[in-house]
Amino acid sequence: MKKKVLALVLTAAMVGAVLTGCGGNGESAAAGTPDNGAKVVKIGVYEPASGDNGAGGKQETLGMQYANSKTPTVQIGGEEYQVELEIVDNESSNDKGPSAAASLVSSKVSVVLGSYGSGVSIAASDVFKDAGIPAIGVTCTNPQVTEGNKHYFRICFLDPFQGTVLANFANENFSAKKAYILTKLGDDYSTGLGHYFKEAFTGLGGEVVEETFQEGNSDFISYITSAKNAGADVFFAPVSTEAAALIIEQSAAQGLTIPLMAGDTWDSNVILNAAKGKDVQIYVTTFYQEGGNEEFDKGIKEWINADSTAKANNGGDDTVAAVTAMGYDAYYVALEALKAAGSTDPAAVNEALWKVTYSGVSGEIAFNETGDALRDVAYVKCANTETGAWDFVAVQGVK
Amino acid sequence: MSKKTKMAWNVSLIVALLALLFLLEQIMPSGSMLFTVLKKGAIYALVAVSMNLLNGFTGLFSLGQAGFMLLGAYTYAILTIPPESRASVYQYYDGGIVNFAIPVPLALIAGGLIAAGFAFLIGLPVLRLKSDYLAIATLGFAEIIRAVFQWDKLGPLTNGSNLLRSFPTFQSVLYPFIVSGICIALIVMLINSTYGRAFKAIRDDEIAAEAMGINLAHHKRLAFVISSFFAGVSGGLLAMYQTTIQASMFKSAMTYEILLIVVIGGIGSVTGSCISAFLFIACSEWWLRFLDNENFYIGSFHVPLLRAGFRKVVFAVVIMAMVLFYRQGIMGTKEFSVEALQNFFRKLFVRKGVKKAGDSHE
Amino acid sequence: MEFITRNLPYLMAGISVGGQYALIAIGYTMVYGILRLINFAHGDIFMAAGLILVYSATVMPMYLAIPLMIILTVLIGFMVERVAYKPLRSAPRMSIMISAIGVSYLLQNLALYVTGGLSQQYPAIPWISDTVTIFGSTTKRVTVITPVLTLVLVVLLVLLIKYTKIGMAMRAASRDFETSQLMGIKINSVVSMTFIIGTFLAAIGSALFFTNYTGVTPTVGAMPGLKAFVAAVFGGIGSIPGAVIGAFIIGICENIIKGVGLTTFSDAFTFALLIIILIIKPTGLFGEKEADKV
Repeated sequence: MKKKVLALVLTAAMVGAVLTGCGGNGESAAAGTPDNGAKVVKIGVYEPASGDNGAGGKQETLGMQYANSKTPTVQIGGEEYQVELEIVDNESSNDKGPSAAASLVSSKVSVVLGSYGSGVSIAASDVFKDAGIPAIGVTCTNPQVTEGNKHYFRICFLDPFQGTVLANFANENFSAKKAYILTKLGDDYSTGLGHYFKEAFTGLGGEVVEETFQEGNSDFISYITSAKNAGADVFFAPVSTEAAALIIEQSAAQGLTIPLMAGDTWDSNVILNAAKGKDVQIYVTTFYQEGGNEEFDKGIKEWINADSTAKANNGGDDTVAAVTAMGYDAYYVALEALKAAGSTDPAAVNEALWKVTYSGVSGEIAFNETGDALRDVAYVKCANTETGAWDFVAVQGVK
Repeated sequence: MSKKTKMAWNVSLIVALLALLFLLEQIMPSGSMLFTVLKKGAIYALVAVSMNLLNGFTGLFSLGQAGFMLLGAYTYAILTIPPESRASVYQYYDGGIVNFAIPVPLALIAGGLIAAGFAFLIGLPVLRLKSDYLAIATLGFAEIIRAVFQWDKLGPLTNGSNLLRSFPTFQSVLYPFIVSGICIALIVMLINSTYGRAFKAIRDDEIAAEAMGINLAHHKRLAFVISSFFAGVSGGLLAMYQTTIQASMFKSAMTYEILLIVVIGGIGSVTGSCISAFLFIACSEWWLRFLDNENFYIGSFHVPLLRAGFRKVVFAVVIMAMVLFYRQGIMGTKEFSVEALQNFFRKLFVRKGVKKAGDSHE
Repeated sequence: MEFITRNLPYLMAGISVGGQYALIAIGYTMVYGILRLINFAHGDIFMAAGLILVYSATVMPMYLAIPLMIILTVLIGFMVERVAYKPLRSAPRMSIMISAIGVSYLLQNLALYVTGGLSQQYPAIPWISDTVTIFGSTTKRVTVITPVLTLVLVVLLVLLIKYTKIGMAMRAASRDFETSQLMGIKINSVVSMTFIIGTFLAAIGSALFFTNYTGVTPTVGAMPGLKAFVAAVFGGIGSIPGAVIGAFIIGICENIIKGVGLTTFSDAFTFALLIIILIIKPTGLFGEKEADKV
């Protein structure tokens, strides 16, 4: 009897929820509404805060939060709007991502920023498309994110470019003839960048050995041994920071002497901390070099140091990650688009985005016909294992 | 109630439900979380019922559901991606080797059939195993299937470990409801047939069932294959809902989730599985999301402890409490029906009436 | 010689990871032997042990942190049994297994909440995380110590089970749960003891494992847990030497598979091995034959 009552109550609750519709979302909006009665425009932040890419996603979000604290309002169509960030966690997972995206859609954001990680961006792309909301990819470098659609933009360079830069760099600086490529299964960023690196590297007359690892794998000793046995000159591992820390630790323990190379994900203090005091060489390509914009660096360091949550999200210190700078720029690109659109209507913002130009801390930003930023340089950095900081190596382009 | 009126009731209820959904879709903004929950819930209801057919009605403890969903989802996706988008989807494999697309309903059925075919093959050796050994063996098979689908050498077919996308999807919430509804109706018909009674006999006592002349191997295989067929179909639906799929989504954690849905709904109750599928999805995707919000106030009181991930802790505690103190689940082995509802109200009413009557007498 | 330097690292990694699986597998095999329960939460307790050390090492020196980690882990194991398994002792086997899955879900989500979803760097334990060179290949000292320590602990455990009173009670309980109760064995304390021993070994296993593979994430325990379970089944569930040998075989095979380049299948191989052994010899290498009772 009791069970039936419960069953009935639960069903009633379900029906009740159906009838009240999205009333449940009202409270989250109410929580952040400012008292001064200004109009609010919502910007969705679709970033991972947990899972494989949690560390990177948090740093990227930090950039947006900092930008939001600096410029909390925007003029849209002659009216002052309060900008509110609606942050969701896509859990670095392609199957959890779409629901997180749907919750952004239901809270009526005008434009979405993110995500860190290409797979989740591709996975949520259709959700945004169906809702008619434009999205600005911050550091998702896989070409498939923007290809063939009109609503996804991005402000970073692409993997075919990044892969070529890395291959050229390996070839010129280490005269590498053989590269060991380690990618993660089911990670579109990882397999994509690995693929383009291989294409470019074999194009230069090099040879590659490719291997993959499963999600949840933490034993990289065998991979490192295989790389040694193959006689590789560079170890290329475009993987998440989580796996990267393990790879660095284990290659130091195994006495791997060849340089480790990777793409933008490795530009993180997780890597610096893992490499500090160890005998490893690490080279990465990235979007921004600390010191590129003194004012930004100083401001964000102060902000991070003043806020313990922000500091914890940044990995416990105030190193400025390139993704943070990119998140910062993405926020301003979104504001530019809102201004140009003169409305908070997502469709108008989408239209306006095509013509937006912005000169950010990471360089000039403008979109081409697929919605990709026109970027032609990448910074190459090297981890200094003594100071635990990045050393600038070169600015590389593709001729 | 006669069989005829029962039928009429059920049919009218279903029609009313669909009409309500249709109406909701007209009046509510399409971005509402409600539709997300309803779509995903309908799909999970189907896979939960298919798992219940195995675990609840036949007593075979299988943990391979995610693997069969993967097969269904991949079959569906591979067969329906339009040829013109193949070059961009299979970008590392020169467009792949499949160069045609078949209609959606056929592809869904094909997904089910492939899953059923694999289930038949896997079942040959595995179904001889008992309880937890069967569970762990099917779990192992699901993991093997996942690894095979990520294999680079199969790339032209499966796109390696990369996302499959650009296949046809559904917009209306009615679509998954109708497909899942048909499938669940088929399962219910099966359960009420002689086969269903044989399954229950096997669940209650294998040796006695065998003594009654039930062919154990045959019936177990049948239940396993049918359950996998519907898991495959729901995999195809899940692909449509997600719009992109990837082998790495179908982890054993997914099977555990489905198992928890079945347990919460009541092992051996079809309607229980359906109800709990919607509740589970609504809680995990929607209702509890506010728990992740750090700045959540009740009045001016700042609720402590709330931050990303808290939602899942609360959810896990609730599930644990369900499992420990409410082992029968929402419905136990009973079914929700108009008749039961009528009886329920009648009893509620009669009891009150009796009480009142009693009062006046004494 | 060159052949050795080339391939020794695979073997060493295999033996070392095998030893770590063995320490986890013992917990599975003992619990299964007595309760007929696949303790799905065991791998997550192993993860929790890792997290406890991460956090305790930040506030206290290592010689205090490690004993504290072991004590807390054992406490968790004990509590899990009392809260989640004991009330279900007379319930069908499926319910108790589902409860185990529930505990695993809870532990993972708690860890997710506590860590904020980020990988935690495991602190370096002095001495065992130093680098050493063997036959020209460099590795951490823990790689060499693990198999030795594992064997010592297993010998001690076998002695305990053979010659002490509680050991005898465990053997009796695993032979026949009901009858041993009738014979006056305090079944609850036997079960608790089993969990305590199992989690104690898992705690040590976690210290060794994470010294080699230094990232602790909420789901890090799942795979080693499943593999250790496979090892237990492979060796014949209920048999401690069987579990240890099974674990070493799986650890070594897994690394050889990676060595020959079939990296996609390193996990799948473990499960294939499981299915093959279940079909050919369901009782495992050293398992006892069990008649089905009506």
